[in-house]
Amino acid sequence: MSSLTKSFRELFGAEPRKPAAGDFTDAAIEMHRQQRGDKSRIAALKAELAEKKLGKAPPERWRRRRWAVLIAVNLLFVVSFQLDIQMLEGALTASRFVGFHMADLNSALQVMLAFKEVLVNLVIGTVTVLVFWWVLGGRTFCSWVCPYHLLAEWAEMLHVKLAEKKLIKDHPFDRRGRTVLWVIFAVLALVTGYTVYETISPTGILSRALIYGPGVALAWVGALLLVEIFYSRRAWCRYACPIGLTYGVVGAVSPLKVTYYLDSCFHEGECRKVCEVPHVLDMVIKGRATDVNMNVGADCTHCGRCVDACPTGSLNLKFKGLGDIFQ
Amino acid sequence: MVKSDQSVIKGKETRNRRKRRDFLRTLVYGLGVVGAAVAGLIPVLKGKTRHVRPPGALAEQQFMAACIKCGQCVQVCPVNAIKLAELDDGFGIGTPYIETRRQACDFSCDGLQCVLACPTGALTHDIDYPHQSEMAYARVERPASCLAAAGLGFKGQARGPEFAGRLRYDEVDRWNPIAVRDHPYDLELCDLCVRQCPIEIRIDQCSSGKPPSGDENQCPPLSAIALEPVDDQGGYLPVVREGCVGCGVCEMICPVEPGVIVMDYREPAGVAA
Repeated sequence: MSSLTKSFRELFGAEPRKPAAGDFTDAAIEMHRQQRGDKSRIAALKAELAEKKLGKAPPERWRRRRWAVLIAVNLLFVVSFQLDIQMLEGALTASRFVGFHMADLNSALQVMLAFKEVLVNLVIGTVTVLVFWWVLGGRTFCSWVCPYHLLAEWAEMLHVKLAEKKLIKDHPFDRRGRTVLWVIFAVLALVTGYTVYETISPTGILSRALIYGPGVALAWVGALLLVEIFYSRRAWCRYACPIGLTYGVVGAVSPLKVTYYLDSCFHEGECRKVCEVPHVLDMVIKGRATDVNMNVGADCTHCGRCVDACPTGSLNLKFKGLGDIFQ
Repeated sequence: MVKSDQSVIKGKETRNRRKRRDFLRTLVYGLGVVGAAVAGLIPVLKGKTRHVRPPGALAEQQFMAACIKCGQCVQVCPVNAIKLAELDDGFGIGTPYIETRRQACDFSCDGLQCVLACPTGALTHDIDYPHQSEMAYARVERPASCLAAAGLGFKGQARGPEFAGRLRYDEVDRWNPIAVRDHPYDLELCDLCVRQCPIEIRIDQCSSGKPPSGDENQCPPLSAIALEPVDDQGGYLPVVREGCVGCGVCEMICPVEPGVIVMDYREPAGVAA
């Protein structure tokens, strides 16, 4: 299976498969064999890790950068209107950045399907945003811009705390549900002529609430967060949001990727514990990597939490042709 | 160690049961999400989404489909006439509307900024001038309370000291609208609804040879409202005419409470409809 097919399969909700014997490159086979045999290396790594981990939480460099960007973008929308500085007008569904049209891809799609007529402004806005998020890749929009993502991260912190205390337990959903929901909302827009998804889009609701003032729609966002805190970890972003799937498809072949290096990996699984979409990190499981370095799949939001969490530096954000520029 | 056949079968059963539970749980979640979204149809069917829309709005069904709910029209309006609908509008969430009694559209931008700002054409780019819009129908709802009907004048702030609504008064500032409360009147016969009508103002400017921005195209072809005598004791009533676009300024400025004129819902024809 090509890595792109695999990436799409997992984006649409298939569970990662154990690679077949023929999928491995010779270099990967050799490295897996060496890692198994080299007892002293493992002992040395273990000692090093024990020292590093002593009472230390993993760094949060990427999270801090990301939150700063996310808050800055959303704040720019707010001040553009409230202070009338007109830098970034509109909301996340559609906007103008210093006069240049931008449109959220999923909102634009809903409008195109419902209205069945496309104005040139919307084409310009859609193409601009498409190219932008193609370059940044994966679901970068989700973790770096979407205001709901930030609230969901806070809800997730609570969820994890409660789960550690055994007060609650995570109830996973079937990830294929998101693809089904995407199709349902596309068909609903096409058939009913209403942008049905916008009614409940927490991204749109939050963006408008920030810019134009709060309203009752925030109750819906609150309900989603309660589900995530008490019932199912990251339920909306992982299993439901059609916006995420749209961006995942657009960014599937982007030049920016999280890259995995097998040689330094100790298969501790710290990265999978913090990941919003752990299925994209299937290759870090012992014996699963089919090559010595591999790119993480399209469902990845480029949040960088795995990069921070990895004690051995085996994961990094990499821009094709430029190497690990994001140390 | 080799697992016994029994335990393999048992493991499979629990796995299948877990899968079934995951599936059912997902089904409930998915139905909940779709159900919540589709419930947005209820306010539409109940007619709750019928509002005075900004100039150039397409016919309601098309307008709801085309609007991307971004509020760029809200941001450019010089008198902040446009608000965005809430979740109680269902599918209409985030669509722009105008509460005319609170703040009408007085066309003080001249160039229909909201239409120009609309990225999807939900406010059709086919109209260029105020008199081409079709936002509502003005109707004289309470003729008995009209000051002019009793031959009365009006002195003071049209809507009182608390009213935040704004209008552009050309004679005060051509470019910046000011609060109505900062522009008290002293009229022998109350004709505020006619005096402040943006269509009538343009007609007057054109007939005195000074069309807005010197552009003849800005001249409305038809009159929108006029006072006509109702008796021989000096009583007058406003009469809404064919040129009315439903901007709501007459409703907003009317000094009696509740106002004499209201806006009736008008299915926006939208030139492209």
